[in-house]
Amino acid sequence: MSSFGLLAAIWPLTTLGHYVSWHVIQISVANLIVIILMVVTFIVALFAPFPGRRRRKENP
Amino acid sequence: MSTTEIDRQWTTRLRKRVAGKLPPEKLLPDTQPTYVSSWIYVFGVTTMAALGVVIASGCLLALRGPQWWHTSSVGHFVNSLHLWSVEIFFFAMVIHLWGKYFMAAWRGGRALTWMTGVVTFLTSIATAFTGYVSQSNFDSQWISTQAKDGINSTGAGAFWNVLNSGQMLMWHIVLLPIAAVALTALHVLLVRIKGVVPPFEKTTEVTQ
Repeated sequence: MSSFGLLAAIWPLTTLGHYVSWHVIQISVANLIVIILMVVTFIVALFAPFPGRRRRKENP
Repeated sequence: MSTTEIDRQWTTRLRKRVAGKLPPEKLLPDTQPTYVSSWIYVFGVTTMAALGVVIASGCLLALRGPQWWHTSSVGHFVNSLHLWSVEIFFFAMVIHLWGKYFMAAWRGGRALTWMTGVVTFLTSIATAFTGYVSQSNFDSQWISTQAKDGINSTGAGAFWNVLNSGQMLMWHIVLLPIAAVALTALHVLLVRIKGVVPPFEKTTEVTQ
């Protein structure tokens, strides 16, 4: 079995998609994961220290 | 030709106007203000880098055609590269949009910068959509037949037919990329002219 075949056996892509339903909102799990990742990345980008920032503050 | 005549030429006037608005040191600055040292400012340039990969991989797909991207392993790879660079493009663009929204980046006469960003975002969505219907497979057939009712309900279907694969391909590889790249270039030039928006001033609490 090729590596792609093995991957497809572990993670089948031909099955029906999974959806999350909440009242009028219906979203695929894949899209929901992407949105959650974007929110997490946004929060991390706000608070993560930027390389060189402290050095620049010390030596203006 | 007299100096007055030279000064009246449209080329002279245009050059002076461009040089006045965007001198070389402003177009390609050596430094940026301290507040730009934040990860939130990285997503604009990530979007542009992803756009570069989108355009380059799209050019490769155009060179070899659908038979190649559907059947050969290298074609599959470039096809995937095109898709995933688009995913990164939108991922970074949306974070850039959120960052700029919460900074109220339209402040200080930057309304046109904000609006060119908004129009670029909408143009990119149209470009991605025409890409989905240009794949030349069952997926694109399914998407286009589902989309036609939505487009027809707006009235745009009269001149923008999503079932016409030739028309959609031309929009995807000619008209919309030209618009997206031109708008991105204008957006960046406006950022250079007006500068990066500074953070909000700290408000001091007044005790009664």
